[in-house]
Amino acid sequence: MLNRIEIKKKLKAILPTVVKPGRYFGGEFNHVVKNWDEIGLRMALVFPDIYDIGVPNLGISILYETINKRPDTLCERAYVPWLDMEEAMRENSLPLYTLESCAPLAEFDVIGFTLPYETLYTNVLNAIDLAGLPLRSADRNDSHPIIIAGGHAAFNPEPMSAFIDAFVIGEGEEAIHDVLDCIKSAKTENLSRLQTLERLQAIPGIYVPAFYDVTYNENGSVQSVEPTSPRFPKKIVKRVVGILPDPPTHFIVPSIDVVHNRIAVEIMRGCTRGCRFCHAGMVNRPVRERSVEQIVNAIEESMKNTGYEEIALLSLSSSDYTQIEELVSTISEKFAGRNLVISLPSLRIETFAVGLMEKLKGVRQGGFTLAPEAATDRMRNLINKPIQAEQLLETARQIYSRGWNSIKLYFMIGHPFETMEDVQAIADLCKQVIKEGRKIIGNKASLHTGVSTFVPKSHTPFQWTALDSIPNVLDKQNLLKDQLRTPGMKMTWSNPRETILEATLSRGDRRLSNVIEDAWRHGAKFDAWMDQFNYNLWIDALEGAGLPPEIYTSREREISEVLPWDHISTGISRKYLEREYKKALAGETTEDCRDQCLACGIVPTLTDQLKEKDGVNWVCLEAA
Amino acid sequence: MQRVRIHYFKGEALQYIGNLDLHKVWERTFRRARVPLAYSQGFHPQPRMHQACPLPLGFTSQVELLDFWCDSEESLAELQSKLEKSVQPGIEIQTLTNVPLKSPPLQTIVESAVYYVTLPEDCDLEPIQEKVNQLTRLEICMRDRRGKQYDLRPLIKELTFSAAQPATIYMRLMAMPGATGRPEEVLEELGISPFVVDVVRTELTLLPVPEEVENNV
Repeated sequence: MLNRIEIKKKLKAILPTVVKPGRYFGGEFNHVVKNWDEIGLRMALVFPDIYDIGVPNLGISILYETINKRPDTLCERAYVPWLDMEEAMRENSLPLYTLESCAPLAEFDVIGFTLPYETLYTNVLNAIDLAGLPLRSADRNDSHPIIIAGGHAAFNPEPMSAFIDAFVIGEGEEAIHDVLDCIKSAKTENLSRLQTLERLQAIPGIYVPAFYDVTYNENGSVQSVEPTSPRFPKKIVKRVVGILPDPPTHFIVPSIDVVHNRIAVEIMRGCTRGCRFCHAGMVNRPVRERSVEQIVNAIEESMKNTGYEEIALLSLSSSDYTQIEELVSTISEKFAGRNLVISLPSLRIETFAVGLMEKLKGVRQGGFTLAPEAATDRMRNLINKPIQAEQLLETARQIYSRGWNSIKLYFMIGHPFETMEDVQAIADLCKQVIKEGRKIIGNKASLHTGVSTFVPKSHTPFQWTALDSIPNVLDKQNLLKDQLRTPGMKMTWSNPRETILEATLSRGDRRLSNVIEDAWRHGAKFDAWMDQFNYNLWIDALEGAGLPPEIYTSREREISEVLPWDHISTGISRKYLEREYKKALAGETTEDCRDQCLACGIVPTLTDQLKEKDGVNWVCLEAA
Repeated sequence: MQRVRIHYFKGEALQYIGNLDLHKVWERTFRRARVPLAYSQGFHPQPRMHQACPLPLGFTSQVELLDFWCDSEESLAELQSKLEKSVQPGIEIQTLTNVPLKSPPLQTIVESAVYYVTLPEDCDLEPIQEKVNQLTRLEICMRDRRGKQYDLRPLIKELTFSAAQPATIYMRLMAMPGATGRPEEVLEELGISPFVVDVVRTELTLLPVPEEVENNV
């Protein structure tokens, strides 16, 4: 395999021939280049899509900064090359390399993939292959790096279990140190790969799939998942940090344009709303906030370090941040007149939100985004996101009259028990919103409706429900397309075939590893890119493996069924999910758990981890 | 308000960064340095900066010029020291000078640019010498760039070849709006792949600034 100097030399001839060569050359402001030969432990972080999408990823930003703070470890980054560059790399036998040192991935001790969503899986295989490593964990030996993965999709690790040596379930800030310490000592003690993996499995929150056996029922469902030895835990409980550490402030500043060029500050983690479809809302509990001071300091520090002109304040439900008014007024006073763009997404649908946004707009731009998700009371109660239509209309009136010309509304179709009347109600509501806008600002008013298709996700109360069928989804989309694409109105929607893939991969079991490999071998990659996605490759691969997609998608699962991810615990009890599922079927809503604890199980399950830092008993945030 | 011209080197670390992106790189450098750039008026205010002449991707330069307008009255030395602390790897600031506020936009006063090409060691030099001689003797040299026909010859003001190792080509090309010679086009005309050579821009010639502007600092 080529070494670092040879790679650099080859790049000189290759880069002028590819699109956007700046993607492949590193050298960004705030990148960290440590002395390769002096540092004993080396980790490569890989985002399994192109540079433009990977650089702004917050998970990678947090880990890059956290790991590079360790004097004993060097951490570098790699992204997947676009098609033209991949072709050039394969032609020139150039392995996948890190941007900082041009080092081949195979020379690292650990390779870490982030898996934020399922349609990146084939890119992971492509990256491992481009790195010149055997695809499957079982085919790698002592000379190969340990490959780990984490992120939201890793809460169902099974489909990728053949390729990843160890998954980190949950939050990485503290777990990554345990993993690195473990690999460091394994290296000093010259442990074999198997011994190293055994030690990794002993770390809380780490899951080594090779140490678990899965059996199946005749109907194709999972019968059992059992550890191969009593030494390994029956359940892997996710990692959380009791107190959120200071956020990253040394973001990579790329020299080329990427999808988000901004400072991202997570103001709060977790959500108490309990929307039944929401994976993030379930897996990120409990709610933990950063103080206003911590957030403002992080913004100031990041601005000094990056020079970015845009700031995003991130959380799953910004209106629920208890100090939101103080935060917004402090920020608007402190950073006024600096030509900044400050965004505060995920606001609740109420006029209060418009006031908050108004304080933050310096250079007014773009639209105002709201996510009602459904348009009839029946559907809203079912998904547990109750919002009055009048409340939405009043909010819209405020938005249009206070200087925004454009509103974006997110809806979801394909909820369980949804009828055409429920879908028609989406169109009616949108038409009412634009009508209000026109009353206020005339034809300047515009409305963009984003219609996604509901995918039942693991670890949510809807994990047992079926995915809507393609013909149904197409009918519903057509109904909306006919009515929501008029002057001033725009609509975007998702390809139902991509939805099928997402549903299959997110609720699948480990037999899907063969399917993913087969699809990749036949050319599947960049499945999240509309123009690259090839549905037929996946259907063929599923067929080849004897797995009809229906067993993963359109089949409603029995409550008693063993789910492929039942041995992974988010801290929320299965009982709570079952209760919520039954309430959904009965059309009953559940209140925000800040008002009334719902005993979701988070506190008892995670109590040791939550206590660790401050030594006192954890108490969830209550309503302000 | 003052207008300042920066002369800087653009090195290898930024050789694949195009003109538009470089503009952003500078904008962020000013923000990090807390040098308050003046903004344009209007609905989308933009920081006021001008670059002289885009450098083709893959090349380095010793003569990049950037004009910026700033609201601070800090001295050039202060500005330079602040910027040097915040600048992106790949940019080496040489000098800062004051320019009259009313001086014409930088990109309109560039006349020509000099490029130095270093050839690889294993290069067959004789045919190159021959082609250089041929090209300089031509009166017209029609080429096709992105589907458009144009005459390269009048854009070449000087072209010489030196066989002393490492062998080099020196070229001075027109760099006026609408009449800009591209070094990679000359190289291709000489049968040399621009991907195997090192190209450095070493000189930019500016048109003289009219006197009434000069006196109006």
